[in-house]
Amino acid sequence: MQTIKSPYNFKGGIHPAYHKELASGSAIQGLPLPATLSVPMSQHLGAPAKPCVKAGDEVKKGTLIGAQAGFISAPVHAPVAGKVNAIAEVLTASGRPCQAVVIERVESDETDFMQPMTNWQSRSKDELLARISEAGIVGMGGAGFPTKIKLSPPMDKPIDTLILNGAECEPYLTSDHRMMVEHAREIRLGAEIARSILGAKTLRIAIEDNKPDAIAAVEKAFEGVAGDVALTVLRTSYPHGSEKQQIYAVTGREVPRGGLPMDTGCVVENVSTAFAISEAVVKGIPLIQRVITVTGDAVQNPANLMAPFGTSYQSLIDACGGFRGGRPAKVISGGPMMGFAVSSLATPTGKTASGVLLLSPGRVSQYTSQACISCGRCVDACPMRLIPSELSQFVEADDIEGAEGIALMDCIECGSCAFVCPAHRPLVQHMRRGKACIMAQRAAAKAKRD
Amino acid sequence: MKVENQTELFLVSSSPHTHIGSSVERIMLDVLIALAPAFAASLYFFGVDALRLTATCVATCLLAEWLCRKAMGRTNTISDLSAIVTGVLLAFNLPPSLPTWMAAAGSLFAITICKQIFGGIGYNVFNPALAARAFMLISFTGAMTVWSNSGWIASVGASTVDATTVATPLGVVKEALKAGAAMPNFTGAAVMQLFTGKINGCIGETSALALLLGAAYLLWRKVITWHIPGAYIGTVFIYASILHLVAPEASVPPQIHLLSGGLILGACFMATDMVTSPVTRKGMLIFGVGCGIITMLIRTVKSGAYPEGVSFAILLMNAITPLINRGCRNKVFGTKS
Repeated sequence: MQTIKSPYNFKGGIHPAYHKELASGSAIQGLPLPATLSVPMSQHLGAPAKPCVKAGDEVKKGTLIGAQAGFISAPVHAPVAGKVNAIAEVLTASGRPCQAVVIERVESDETDFMQPMTNWQSRSKDELLARISEAGIVGMGGAGFPTKIKLSPPMDKPIDTLILNGAECEPYLTSDHRMMVEHAREIRLGAEIARSILGAKTLRIAIEDNKPDAIAAVEKAFEGVAGDVALTVLRTSYPHGSEKQQIYAVTGREVPRGGLPMDTGCVVENVSTAFAISEAVVKGIPLIQRVITVTGDAVQNPANLMAPFGTSYQSLIDACGGFRGGRPAKVISGGPMMGFAVSSLATPTGKTASGVLLLSPGRVSQYTSQACISCGRCVDACPMRLIPSELSQFVEADDIEGAEGIALMDCIECGSCAFVCPAHRPLVQHMRRGKACIMAQRAAAKAKRD
Repeated sequence: MKVENQTELFLVSSSPHTHIGSSVERIMLDVLIALAPAFAASLYFFGVDALRLTATCVATCLLAEWLCRKAMGRTNTISDLSAIVTGVLLAFNLPPSLPTWMAAAGSLFAITICKQIFGGIGYNVFNPALAARAFMLISFTGAMTVWSNSGWIASVGASTVDATTVATPLGVVKEALKAGAAMPNFTGAAVMQLFTGKINGCIGETSALALLLGAAYLLWRKVITWHIPGAYIGTVFIYASILHLVAPEASVPPQIHLLSGGLILGACFMATDMVTSPVTRKGMLIFGVGCGIITMLIRTVKSGAYPEGVSFAILLMNAITPLINRGCRNKVFGTKS
């Protein structure tokens, strides 16, 4: 396998302070498990899973507890053995209420996994896809789109390139980084499975150049993979982990407006998702845990923890020695650019949460929004080449149609604009509000038609 | 759902949760720092008059800003420093002998009529300092065109010009040409005088050297990009060079155009005013080229009343900035070519 420098640079982007050093050297470790886990039924994009256990039921590690409830949905499995206490409502990291299966943990080695597929090469595409679906695998980079759907594009959209996303461009987070350093062989296996399902001729692994040890590990592990395989080293720039920007950086192709990656013949999978695929296929283990980086200046010992889903943030923080320097101002699920600030440490982990970031009051600047001074910095920063200043003013004036007319829906909410805005305007918040209005209008129009 | 005790909750807000650390105040402070060398030069060349005018304009602008915000029941915006920038820039565009009350009247106009009536910082259509200068040129025409004698006229040997009519360099040339006299002889020493600033003119516009130092600082701090000043100065240079090549006897050499008439001040500090200039790079280039062409048109039309033209060029381009913004949006990522 060869290593190449990314031949294309997307326009825009920013260079925030990364602070990756807090956790990047810390090997993945387990944690003392809490007595109870609240496993959310909505850990993915689409319809929440439907609880298929009831209070009093005993579950083993890997038992199905939430059934897939629609085409875009994913099943949920018990991450630990124990007894179902209740089906309760919890707030997920994004702040939405959802049902959760509360499991009172018991010490037990019993598992309820699927049959390992010892010789996956001899299995049919459909068998492999069914396994990925059954294992509840969703995109672990943040969006949580069911992987099975991503890996089964329609016939008229042939896929020639599979890109493994190891960019991890969000500041602070190091979970993908550690996965690549410590589990590059499993990631390779997952990538080979996904590539064979897609029939993709080309395989690229995209890693930002601020992770030399991950690059070295991946180079070593991918030695000898047949065909057109290369590691594409991206220059460190946010948001290189965004699908559209990454496809461009690796292939020079632009996902058409309103289109999907498959329109460019590409599928992008997060490296942690590739790991999950290999675990599900080769070992029969459903997606029940993930690496989550607990970091920030307000936590005692930043670490990368392999945590079962449903672990509370409180347990994660306890495992890292608690707060440093008093109570943090903000607790963020994910990174500082796109993560969700959560209100409570009772928030449970899920499939898409790659980090818990604790920031001290000194790191959390609170600003009063001022009038736009048209400096154009947001325009330079926007990786989608929009005019965030103008969009925000349209939304502020409730001219949603006007905003839609200048490509509001193309916004990927990466936050680059708000990051650079000297007037501290809540640009992303404006975009989200505008987009939500448009989505509501579209839904209403659709309901009227039906 | 369990409602938790308020004190247990953490701060929730929309992402992003981090910021580069920039602010409007910091931008304005950078502009003030960048204007410091030119202020020093103005003190050196024009002495106490430079201090008198700058202090008057800054104090009046601050007072007007504070009063307007109070009268409108809006938040006080004095601390964003933009009123100080307007005051300094307006003062820099005034002749040294201007009476204090006129400077104060101009400053009041700048903040009240040109800025706060539109809603304050961010909402004004025209650069307040330039719009106020235009107002003053019309209202106080005489006082606004009286210049002190720096000895530049003698050094270029423009003897046909009445020695008592002390004019700016471009004014001297225009009068000479209008009178049918030969183009003054621009010696190396005369050009050097233009560069350092020992010439007649508004207090802050004369020293190209000091202004370029400030512009370099703004570029380094990334407060401005090269697009507007580059396009502006480049257009003036190309326009002037062509004229000079075609008719050397009747045209001012390009280096004189660049170093006089407030071009450097205008191109680096006034045309780059963020509020009144375009937001895209393409728009900035068009804006700069437009400023350059209009400046040269005003300067080279023989029958024209104004020998300079930077202020009016920028004001005219300010007026079409919304149009440029509309026409120069970037091609959105993924647009089919």
